[in-house]
Amino acid sequence: MIELKGVGYSYGRDALLRGLDLTLSPGSFHFLTGPSGAGKTTLLKLCYGELRPSEGVVDLMGKDSRALDRDGMSRMRRRIGVVHQDCQFLDHLPLVENVALPLMVSGTDTPDRRAELMQLLGWVGLGHRTEARPPELSGGERQRAALARAVITDPDVLIADEPTGNIDWDMSQRLLSLLAELNRMGKTVLVATHDLALIRAAKPLVSARVLRLAGGGLQAAGAEL
Amino acid sequence: MSRVRPILRGLVETMVGDRQADRVVPPSGHTVWLTVLTAAAMSFLAVFALALSLATGRLADRWGQGLAQASTIRVSAPADQADAQVAAILTILAGTPGVATAEAMDEAEQTALLEPWLGADLPLDRLPLPRLIEITEAEDFDADGLRLRLQAEVPGAVLDDHTRWRRPLVQAADRLQTLGWTALLLIAVVMAAMVTMAAQAALAANAQVIRVLRLVGARDVYAARAFTRRFTLRAALGAAIGTALGMVAIAFLPSAQAAGGFLTGLGFAGAAWLLPGLIPPFVAAVAFAATRRAAFRALARFE
Repeated sequence: MIELKGVGYSYGRDALLRGLDLTLSPGSFHFLTGPSGAGKTTLLKLCYGELRPSEGVVDLMGKDSRALDRDGMSRMRRRIGVVHQDCQFLDHLPLVENVALPLMVSGTDTPDRRAELMQLLGWVGLGHRTEARPPELSGGERQRAALARAVITDPDVLIADEPTGNIDWDMSQRLLSLLAELNRMGKTVLVATHDLALIRAAKPLVSARVLRLAGGGLQAAGAEL
Repeated sequence: MSRVRPILRGLVETMVGDRQADRVVPPSGHTVWLTVLTAAAMSFLAVFALALSLATGRLADRWGQGLAQASTIRVSAPADQADAQVAAILTILAGTPGVATAEAMDEAEQTALLEPWLGADLPLDRLPLPRLIEITEAEDFDADGLRLRLQAEVPGAVLDDHTRWRRPLVQAADRLQTLGWTALLLIAVVMAAMVTMAAQAALAANAQVIRVLRLVGARDVYAARAFTRRFTLRAALGAAIGTALGMVAIAFLPSAQAAGGFLTGLGFAGAAWLLPGLIPPFVAAVAFAATRRAAFRALARFE
């Protein structure tokens, strides 16, 4: 599904990631943890193609990310849902339009898909907030809306970057439940978080592999949790 | 052709529009109105530049054709010999190739010619005026040959084929016309630059919108279309307003008259009134190309 082989990434001369290997097989659930500045967001960006590796190969659904042209990368992103740390909404559009953006840009915004969209918003508990603008939403609502937008195109892979970073514990649990449910529906899930309590809370919900990013490389971190 | 086709398709799709894509880009405030104003002002000027070009073209043709096909022979001779010299010249002209018609002006015609300058009551019959013979030229008229023959046979006769007057006038008209077309070109370049600047300002202000669109899987052409459509339509609107105002202004200029000189002829004639109608589509095309280029350059900054 997504495979990183010997991947390195440098910002100028500063090598942040080196010789990194990672395989996200279909239906798997991964937590990615590590200290701030370790490169979690950079690693996620490599996984959804916002960055291309300085070295090594990032294989996205069987295609080398460096070989994809801009249109090819656009099409690839429709198969990878992303929940960004800062949600990345367009503040002038109501919530329902923000969640529908992936449908609009892919030309698949049909009445049927709109009906599914309303169901999806109900599923994440935002059926009553469809016309609210993003600045009017709470942190938890924004994250759930971002999750809805990430899955509206029915992607194969879901990537979330610190999805519980700005919300309270109860809301974090609720979001985690939604991610676990999506994984049970067959989605491959990769969640970056520095919140170890969240990872522990996920144990009864999903069979997740926990990876720790430190020193530019990945190591399994399941045992310590 | 392979590069032009997608641009033409993009232009058509831009005009047809996508209401959803339009909503994605927030209102661009002053940059949009700057585009309307620029397009209106430039189109207003373009109407005048076009009128200047067309008027000078007509002028060059008129001066060129009006004077090119006619010559005059001036006969300065004592009064008692004038008729004989005129008759001799007409005989020569009758046998000269390239002379379609030759006609001596009578006293009444000469009086009528001088009347606007000297008045009706002057005793012209007492003035030692030269006699004039008007020649209408055919294609093979040889002015130099005729001049030499007159010099030999009728020394007091001088052939004036108007070259001395015609050449600088036609040159001046041609240069004015070049100036008009250059002004049109400059207007197009300045307008493209202004629209590009306005589009770049709008794109910079909406960098976050572009990034989000890319992140959710928008192709470059989708993201660019929302901006190009907005700027193209605004430029077309401004151009339509500016062109209409320019045409009204031209229509209220004094009408062309034979004695009115060049400026009274600055306007459109007949079907040429339709030509300013090409300005708004042309401006829209320039705005489309400028905005599209700016949009793709802005998009290239985002993976």
